[in-house]
Amino acid sequence: MNSRIRGGGLSTLVFLLPLLLVFGIFSWIPIGRAVLMSFQETNLVTPSTFVGLQNFRDVLADPLLWTAIKNTLYFAFLALLFGYPVPLLAAVVMSEVRRFKGLYSALAYLPVVIPPVVAVLLWKFFYDASPSGVFNTILGAVGIGPISWLQDSAIAMPSLVLEATWAAAGGTVIIYLAALTGVSTDLYEAAEIDRASIWRKVWHITLPQLRGILLVTFILQIVGTAQVFLEPFLFTGGGPANSTTTLLLLIYDYAFANSLGGEYGMATALSIMLAVVLGVLSAIYFRVTRGWSKS
Amino acid sequence: MKTLKPLALAIALATALTACSSSTEEPKADGPVTLKVARDPGLDKGAIAAFDERVAQFEKANPGIDIAPQEYNWTATTFTAQLAGGTLPDVFTVPFTDGRGLIERKQIADISGLVSALPYATKFNENVAKAGQAEDGKMWAVPIAAYGQALHYNRALFKQAGLDPDKPPATWDDVRAAAKQIAEKTGKAGYAQLTTDNTGGWILTTLDYAYGGRTEKIEADKATAELDTPELTSVLQWLKDLRWSDNSMGSNFLYDWGGINQAFASGQVGMYVSGGGNYGSLVTQNALKPADYGVTVLPLAGKPEAGVLGGGTLATVSAKANAAVQAAAVKWIDFFYLNKLTDKDAAALDAKTTAASKQPVGAPQLPVFDRATYDESLGWVKSYVNVPLEQFKPYTDKMFDQQLVTEPVRSTQEVYKLLDPVVQSVLTNKDADIAKLLKNADAEAQALLDRN
Repeated sequence: MNSRIRGGGLSTLVFLLPLLLVFGIFSWIPIGRAVLMSFQETNLVTPSTFVGLQNFRDVLADPLLWTAIKNTLYFAFLALLFGYPVPLLAAVVMSEVRRFKGLYSALAYLPVVIPPVVAVLLWKFFYDASPSGVFNTILGAVGIGPISWLQDSAIAMPSLVLEATWAAAGGTVIIYLAALTGVSTDLYEAAEIDRASIWRKVWHITLPQLRGILLVTFILQIVGTAQVFLEPFLFTGGGPANSTTTLLLLIYDYAFANSLGGEYGMATALSIMLAVVLGVLSAIYFRVTRGWSKS
Repeated sequence: MKTLKPLALAIALATALTACSSSTEEPKADGPVTLKVARDPGLDKGAIAAFDERVAQFEKANPGIDIAPQEYNWTATTFTAQLAGGTLPDVFTVPFTDGRGLIERKQIADISGLVSALPYATKFNENVAKAGQAEDGKMWAVPIAAYGQALHYNRALFKQAGLDPDKPPATWDDVRAAAKQIAEKTGKAGYAQLTTDNTGGWILTTLDYAYGGRTEKIEADKATAELDTPELTSVLQWLKDLRWSDNSMGSNFLYDWGGINQAFASGQVGMYVSGGGNYGSLVTQNALKPADYGVTVLPLAGKPEAGVLGGGTLATVSAKANAAVQAAAVKWIDFFYLNKLTDKDAAALDAKTTAASKQPVGAPQLPVFDRATYDESLGWVKSYVNVPLEQFKPYTDKMFDQQLVTEPVRSTQEVYKLLDPVVQSVLTNKDADIAKLLKNADAEAQALLDRN
């Protein structure tokens, strides 16, 4: 150990230093300050005062919190329902295709390349609720609609999930495609000898072989959807009537919606509660599923 | 030697980072001052050229000051982040409703000494001046524009629908009937309403005032929310009728200020309520065809309390500005915003520059100074006026006859914010229960007022 530090250890440390500095300054210091701020009353201009757990009590007493939790869970549920199987299905189908494989994966990945804000503004245009809106024109041709997309509290959330799934699926598809190349072809050959159908191959070979990666993407998706912000912020601002106010949007509103110095304490308090819940959830998940991922 | 390079790099990086975090530069005694000033975002080329021309004129007159324009406009959701993050320009604008709070929290610089030295310091309209004063009457923030709400309408859509654009609606029932006719004849939204980013509450409060209501009552030090009232109930019922009985409000019910201006300028909206001085931004930011524009006063209910919600804009200076920057800032405020309202030559120069780049001159607004100064100033720029004054007549003929009522003073934006979902509910949910919505909003607003 000792000799390792002397022999090249210093240069390792020096190489590491910029990373530690950048990470420390831009990640850990803000996190530390956020924890501190959650126990304070501050407007970021005048000196702050410690208020103990008052911020946490205020957040828990806010009726909007429960609306936001409900909305976030609803988003996460819908996103799992559509967003989880779609990339898997796409990846399996694409891996079966013999020609133009690269083209298909490029097409699938393209939405990820488009800057998210641009994508949302584009979709906002597609979602125009009048009969002459893009989607409504297309659906109108087959006699459906017009649908109110973002203008109806019952449909707004599914509309956000639709865009979010479109935007994020490409990344997951690539992960699955990579994982699929790792599945031994011997298994498929053996299955073909047994005259297994394509669905039996997928069910008995592909899915079990992808189990480890599927478990990871599952928790990543939960953590990701719990922090959904961009879509409700840009599409609806939480409306109509708070039907798309998610936890992160609520945090943002605490801090910034009131132009005269927001409730930064409440915002950080809720952020920390969310982080703790997600941390605990992830820990439990990995504990419970530890045995499952071993093949 | 090899290990030294990364070390040097790390040190350089660390110094660079610390340099980033300390942005308050100390002024040199009398060296040149760089002043960051606000410029509206999304201006067309002509408007930017006019702005640059004004900057050049200022810099010529003040050789020691270097102007650096920065795109900025006030929105409730971005302002706090910019204020807290220290990314505001040195001179920026805020609505009247934010003035007192910013002053109380010392979040803007105290420029009252410099302002009181301006020649017209005592000539401000008393009501307008109040918005920029501290409790002790010192003017920390300078009123630069005042507005009363107005009903904007699209003359082309009026004609298409068979309505007379020279006889705009005079009652809320007229507005409803006109909206229905526009929707039926043209397929566009007859009437649209702002609903997001706190503007839902802003316009709802406007309509409440016009119906003769008030959203808060202040007695001594106690503020009482008055949202659950017959007036606000009538307003929401009126909106509900337009939306669900007549279907005359189109299909978009999530409009913010920029969005509704865009929709109106592109001919998607027949009528909407917003500040009377909107013409400028409709033309310079949204390419409105001047010939299509019409504006009239808000219909007022036949009650003595019925009035027009009025507000305005304050020019303020960043709390971080040092003495030299503050002095330069007040010079800029004087030059860019105020001089043209009080001085004949300045008014003519401003109008000439603005008109030369085909930007609107002569759009209506309420006077910041006394009425006499205002009437006089109209004469100074007369030869440069390039807006269709005739089309503003329904508004300008009556704007001084209407009672102007200031915006609520306590927790203004927070109460506006909680009214957003109320109006959104009525417009997006056919079965919205107005009584229940108002009862809940009233309780929430009261809790807010008690807390602050």
